Amino acid sequence: MSTQHSRSAARLMISPSVILLLAWMIIPLSLTLYFSFLRYNLLMPGANPFVGFENYTYFLTDPAFFSALTNTLVLVGGVLIITIVGGVLLALLLDQPMWGQGIVRILVIAPFFVMPTVSALVWKNMFMNPVNGLFAYMAKFLGLQPFDFLAHAPLASIILIVSWQWLPFATLILLTAMQSLDSERMEAAEMDGAGPLARFFYMVVPHLSRAITVVILIQTIFLLSVFAEILVTTNGGPGTSSTNLTYLVYAQSLLNFDVGGGSAGGVVAIILANIVAIFLMRMIGKNLDA
Amino acid sequence: MGRITLDKVAKRFGEVEVIPPLDLTIEEGEFVVFVGPSGCGKSTLLRLIAGLEDVSGGQIRIDGKDATETPPAKRGLAMVFQSYALYPHMSVRKNIAFPLKMAGMPEDEQKRRIDNAAKVLNLTDYIDRRPGQLSGGQRQRVAIGRAIVREPAAFLFDEPLSNLDAALRVGMRLEITELHARLKTTMIYVTHDQVEAMTMADKIVVLRAGHIEQVGSPLELYRTPRNLFVAGFIGSPKMNLIEGSEASKHGCKTIGIRPEHISVSATEGMWKGRVGVSEHLGSDTFFYVHDTGLADDMTVRVPGEVELKAGDDVYLTPDMEKMHRFDDSGLRLS
Ligand SMILES: Nc1ncnc2c1ncn2[C@@H]1O[C@H](COP(=O)(O)OP(=O)(O)OP(=O)(O)O)[C@@H](O)[C@H]1O
Ligand SMILES: [Mg+2]
Repeated sequence: MSTQHSRSAARLMISPSVILLLAWMIIPLSLTLYFSFLRYNLLMPGANPFVGFENYTYFLTDPAFFSALTNTLVLVGGVLIITIVGGVLLALLLDQPMWGQGIVRILVIAPFFVMPTVSALVWKNMFMNPVNGLFAYMAKFLGLQPFDFLAHAPLASIILIVSWQWLPFATLILLTAMQSLDSERMEAAEMDGAGPLARFFYMVVPHLSRAITVVILIQTIFLLSVFAEILVTTNGGPGTSSTNLTYLVYAQSLLNFDVGGGSAGGVVAIILANIVAIFLMRMIGKNLDA
Repeated sequence: MGRITLDKVAKRFGEVEVIPPLDLTIEEGEFVVFVGPSGCGKSTLLRLIAGLEDVSGGQIRIDGKDATETPPAKRGLAMVFQSYALYPHMSVRKNIAFPLKMAGMPEDEQKRRIDNAAKVLNLTDYIDRRPGQLSGGQRQRVAIGRAIVREPAAFLFDEPLSNLDAALRVGMRLEITELHARLKTTMIYVTHDQVEAMTMADKIVVLRAGHIEQVGSPLELYRTPRNLFVAGFIGSPKMNLIEGSEASKHGCKTIGIRPEHISVSATEGMWKGRVGVSEHLGSDTFFYVHDTGLADDMTVRVPGEVELKAGDDVYLTPDMEKMHRFDDSGLRLS
């Protein structure tokens, strides 16, 4: 679309969908904003007076807020690190010619098709359960004390579960990127005297940088709003040690029936998500223009 | 430095024998060109020498030392790939520096060599650009630069010019020849371009299905092709090959006569035919002559411009001195 004419025609053509999407976003967003300034509790019907920033003050000064904030960041960061490092290694492995490649690839992708609630329950009951779980069996077999993962390392356990779910996604994207690596380039590097490690760091990693960026951006969007895994395993506890922002908003608005407070939390979450997004784009967005 | 000996080197991919056992010696400082039809194993042979493929049998010696099991980086050879294989995320300078950096060379020596290579190859103006911002010819020069800074024992080129347009190809051909004249390093060059082979080589190796058909200087191959395959492959346009009674007169199965060794007359000569298509190049004219009763089509090359129209009768007279004779099995009779 290079000429003036084709550009304005293009704008006209896409305007219906842009307007629809805008309405789709703006209406819930403005309602949330509106509720966040009201005293609006479902247990106290009647007038919903305008209270200014009171809901925000409550939400931000709640001691749970700060721990939810750090939990969210630790969760996102931990899962990103595990999935990207693990994804690169798995992709390297799957890129090798081997017997039964097709089946192995499908097996690797499989966890992605399991619903979050289901996989979290499977992990909780079949692996991490301190009495019947597989890990407890293994610990007992080795003569160790079984470890109650969800009680003593709730956030780490949730990071593990979520990483398990997202690893296939990262692996898949990184594998396709890896397959587009020109083999002559690798051979040239080999002739230039680069050993396996040097080839990995000087050729493969730079080649993957764009794919890694895509994985980080997409996963961050989803990881900021992890919810089901927390709900079915720890319920945010013990205390608030595995509560993230999404879960805090849920606890505020639904467990306390406080629509106003929940909305304020939602708005805060949106602002924080945008801060994270700006940070990410500043840091790694340049990898996307080529 | 740079004498390469192949001793019964063979290569199989699974069941398929791509290169049957083959002997070849490449002398120090020689410019050797591998030619042959597509799929005959030129690239495979080059990659065996480079060490990018493992041999299925035989021995490769570089400067007298057995290098059959030596990894590519340790053979002291540099390769220029058809696709250039530049590192897209590095600047031209970093690309050229890469082999030196991998060898752990001190910074100032690296810089000296890079600046030198950049000057020789006219790369100085875009030394800080990425490969994506260069033209095909410039990329090719970067690839050559990356090869020469290592000061290898031999250069391996796999069809390095086939992605370039005709004019650039002529220019780069000259540059590579000049580079060879200056460095005096062994070079092995794969191509299927006739002209590149004839103009650049000290020694041409003609391959067919992994076999060496003939090894010799360009003019040797042109003057005394050892068999029908080489006769048909070297020379452009192709040699006319005539079988049947005309060949029997000379006591052989096939006779061959190059288009440039036939003289043309409108009035008298040995063979009569009818002019078909003619191609006027200015310096030369190529005629395709039909109905001679010898071969389907005779090609004739006449210097300068000749006024003969399609459909005209024409008489052809071969230069008997320059006629080639081949026996039943296609081998040359001298
Ligand atoms: N990895 C491989 N596995 C199986 N067969 C192969 C492999 N690489 C090459 N071949 C076969 O070996 C033969 C020689 O291939 P090669 O690439 O050396 O040809 P070439 O002479 O370089 O041809 P071109 O002029 O088209 O580049 C071909 O028949 C090809 O199909
Ligand atoms: Mg080839």
